[in-house]
Amino acid sequence: MISVAAVTKRYGGMLALDAVDLDIARGEIFALLGPNGAGKTTLISIICGTVSMTSGRVLIGDRDILADYRGARAQVGLVPQEIALDIFSTVWNTVVFSRRLFGRPSDRAYLERLLRDLSLWEKRDARIIELSGGMKRRVMIAKALSHQPEVLFLDEPTAGVDVELRRDMWGLVRRLRDMGVTIILTTHYIEEAEEMADRVGVMKGGRILLVEEKHALMRKLGKRRMTLALDQPLRELPVALADVPLALDHDGRRLVYTFAGSEHGAVPSLLRRLAELGIDYSDLDMTRSSLEDIFVDLVGQRA
Amino acid sequence: MTGAMSMNLRGVLAIFAAEMARTRRTILQSVATPVLTTALYFIVFGSAIGSRIQQVGGVSYGAFIVPGLMMLSLLTQSISNASIAIYFPKFTGTVFEILSAPLSYVEVVVGYVGAAATKSVVIGLIILATAALFTPVRVLHPFWMVAFLLLTSVAFSLFGFIVGVWAKNFEQLAIIPALIVTPLTFLGGAFYSIDMLPPAWRTVSLFNPVVYLVSGFRWSFYGLGDVSVQASLGFTAAFIVGCLLFLWWIFRTGWRLKS
Ligand SMILES: Nc1ncnc2c1ncn2[C@@H]1O[C@H](COP(=O)(O)OP(=O)(O)OP(=O)(O)O)[C@@H](O)[C@H]1O
Ligand SMILES: [Mg+2]
Repeated sequence: MISVAAVTKRYGGMLALDAVDLDIARGEIFALLGPNGAGKTTLISIICGTVSMTSGRVLIGDRDILADYRGARAQVGLVPQEIALDIFSTVWNTVVFSRRLFGRPSDRAYLERLLRDLSLWEKRDARIIELSGGMKRRVMIAKALSHQPEVLFLDEPTAGVDVELRRDMWGLVRRLRDMGVTIILTTHYIEEAEEMADRVGVMKGGRILLVEEKHALMRKLGKRRMTLALDQPLRELPVALADVPLALDHDGRRLVYTFAGSEHGAVPSLLRRLAELGIDYSDLDMTRSSLEDIFVDLVGQRA
Repeated sequence: MTGAMSMNLRGVLAIFAAEMARTRRTILQSVATPVLTTALYFIVFGSAIGSRIQQVGGVSYGAFIVPGLMMLSLLTQSISNASIAIYFPKFTGTVFEILSAPLSYVEVVVGYVGAAATKSVVIGLIILATAALFTPVRVLHPFWMVAFLLLTSVAFSLFGFIVGVWAKNFEQLAIIPALIVTPLTFLGGAFYSIDMLPPAWRTVSLFNPVVYLVSGFRWSFYGLGDVSVQASLGFTAAFIVGCLLFLWWIFRTGWRLKS
């Protein structure tokens, strides 16, 4: 659906994007993660035509964003990171305006459904200036969807949005995906990517560090940890288990085993060997690292 | 829906209609200001000064200043309307939507400049109607009067659009009309014939572009001008072409619109 090839962006001398390559499949939800200043917004803005690239090539549904900007842009809806609205306009008028701007014939029924979906129908005649921040953010989404785009870009859609509304938005994004809309979102909430995305891309310093199917990523880079509560505290690790990455915790009352998420059969074999050594335990706890842990490992800082 | 779209007429009309709606929100200011200003000019210039000047080139002074008065409003209104129209979206960030829409540069300009020029023409006609209450106005060449009205509105709306793209703050937005256009208009023979000036000043005046606009416009009313009609038309056309070239460059490079 979207193909980004060797896109480079310089702001003056500052390299904001460094030969970025990225392909997004039709119908997927793609989450772009990365610390502040990684270049997420810059990349999205270039694809949507609001920032010009220094070099490279972008196709949206096989249409070049420069050579065939009409065809390319007509398919795209953008919800930028910052709320930007004509505060004197009404909700209804601003949504109608967006649809017309994209050259689509009027469709009151569709726009009504859209506003109802976003819980904005009651507010359709209110001026934007009278809305709360969360409502304004939803108006931004309504505008982006007003022309029924095939691709939707959401640049931090849930920043500063309360938990309930965030759940609502996730629901909306899933419904859109079910309707075949391709969705690219950036977020600082790893929980969001973990919950929503089919694939995850991690950016830092203007480069894409990796792109991976979410579950594969968690299998590959995710770690699992088993913690055993021992009956008898150990003063040191048994020599017989020197080949296993173990650690003692809680004054030797806990035995912690960390292993790759993709490793199979590691736990049963360890438990068998413990039984042979006569080390008894009263409880067993397993945890799996989240996308957040993976992210921190990758970029060395929290999102 | 991704079928070939050769021209986004709906998009142009959306911009045009939104701009006209913005005027409707401030209708009182948009209409009352020119009416009041015109009335004041007639009271001050027409009556106070006009009673001493009597006639200019066979036309009563009150009637003589009507084209200049219209020109003054046309220039200032075109510039301020068109510059605010593009500066404000830049300021609030809503310009992203225009930049990301399937619209060509020409379409964006037609939408904004078309709306600004339309407003100016309406205001020009309101001033004409107001003036007619104070003084007998006749229009010798109605076709050329309308042509000058349209061309000037378009020319200075284009110029205003450029000012709006260029301006980085509200001060810069106000500075061009206040410090350049209004003085040039007052010195451009809006309220006198440059024949009335000493020869040295007359020569200096010929470097003032507004002289050509006012002169051509006044010729369409009364058949008399400070410079030839061809010079007036030529200047207006050259001004439009200059603005278009500059706009073409702005959109090509994204200057002050896209980073
Ligand atoms: N208009 C601009 N002019 C100059 N530099 C810019 C501009 N916009 C962004 N940058 C720089 O480009 C880099 C990438 O910024 P960008 O906004 O794309 O990051 P981001 O990943 O979206 O960050 P965040 O998570 O904070 O939104 C940053 O170093 C930023 O300072
Ligand atoms: Mg950003």
